[in-house]
Amino acid sequence: MEIYGLGIIAACMFVGVFVGSIFAKLLGVSGDVGGVGIAMLLLVLVSNYIKLDEKTQNGIKLISNLYIPIIVAMAATQDVVKALSGGAVAFLAGGVATVASFFLVPLLSRIGKGDKISQGREM
Amino acid sequence: MNFVQIAADIISKNSLVMSFAVVAVMMVAGYRLSALLGEKRFGSAVAIVIGLVLALIAGKYTGGSKGIADIKILSGFGVLGGAMFRDYAIISTAFGANIEELKKAGVAGIVSLFVGVIFSFVVGAAFAIAFGFKSAVDVTTIGAGAVTFIVGPVTGGALGASSAVVALSIAAGVVKSVLCMIITPLVAPYIGLNNPQSAMVFGGLLGTTSGVAGGLAATDPKLVPYGAMTATFYTGLGCLLAPSVLFMIVRAILGS
Repeated sequence: MEIYGLGIIAACMFVGVFVGSIFAKLLGVSGDVGGVGIAMLLLVLVSNYIKLDEKTQNGIKLISNLYIPIIVAMAATQDVVKALSGGAVAFLAGGVATVASFFLVPLLSRIGKGDKISQGREM
Repeated sequence: MNFVQIAADIISKNSLVMSFAVVAVMMVAGYRLSALLGEKRFGSAVAIVIGLVLALIAGKYTGGSKGIADIKILSGFGVLGGAMFRDYAIISTAFGANIEELKKAGVAGIVSLFVGVIFSFVVGAAFAIAFGFKSAVDVTTIGAGAVTFIVGPVTGGALGASSAVVALSIAAGVVKSVLCMIITPLVAPYIGLNNPQSAMVFGGLLGTTSGVAGGLAATDPKLVPYGAMTATFYTGLGCLLAPSVLFMIVRAILGS
């Protein structure tokens, strides 16, 4: 049944956020450290190693398909007035950090692929 | 018989359902507009921008900080666009992610996390100093805002920064998130953002979960889980490093 899929996502979420909260307490930080990331890893393990029937998968796919609309809803609840009123320092600090980081993407993407490039040259 | 009041009361009592209807309209508008502009695949990016514009208008009209969720009949957006649904939906996108792709990008992902957090912090702190902020607390808080709009206030709170500086840090973080959402689909082909490994590096470098998720959703939805996975660790790492190690370094450099 589709609801099983919703339940599986929920279980991953609670386990992940719980573990993340423990990490946070151990490190003295509030909230949780990577809880959602841990939950995602759990769901990756579930999807790679456990056979789920089609209806259960449909339940999970429904939620993933709602993902973009949820992001649109999230965009509509941002404090855009504050973002624009922060003035130049906020805009530059956030803006330059963002734009410059984009340039680093192709650079760091090569880590781990470097072996193949040097092997090619030796041949 | 005040029909408007009757309708408004019904909607207010069913605000979450109302938000489903309104988001559906925003999505249609986004796809129609981007088809008009020639590129149908930007439909979700346009819908996100529509959301941001509505948030701006609503913020000016209500004086609140939650965009259109401050309008009573649209209060359901606070739930639909809130942290719980966002986290639940991000997690669901991991279904079907290939574990072999994750292993391949693991090292690059971790490296990009540290590079991303520290690099963004340095850029933010540098601008803070350039604009005349002198105390280590202020500079660190603004630098933390350039990491994400959660790391900023968390750091400011931990260090006892003034609320004006905390507001600036949130502004920097929101600018980052918004810019990320808008720029990503436009720039993706030029930076090789078309495979799981680069998506993980992207998530680790930019780190704003909403920005990365929104940006990737508008680029190629299949990349969302990879980017979101590294991005969700970014805030945690930022909250860890900014008020501790990074603050101590800033204080040593500024001598305050």
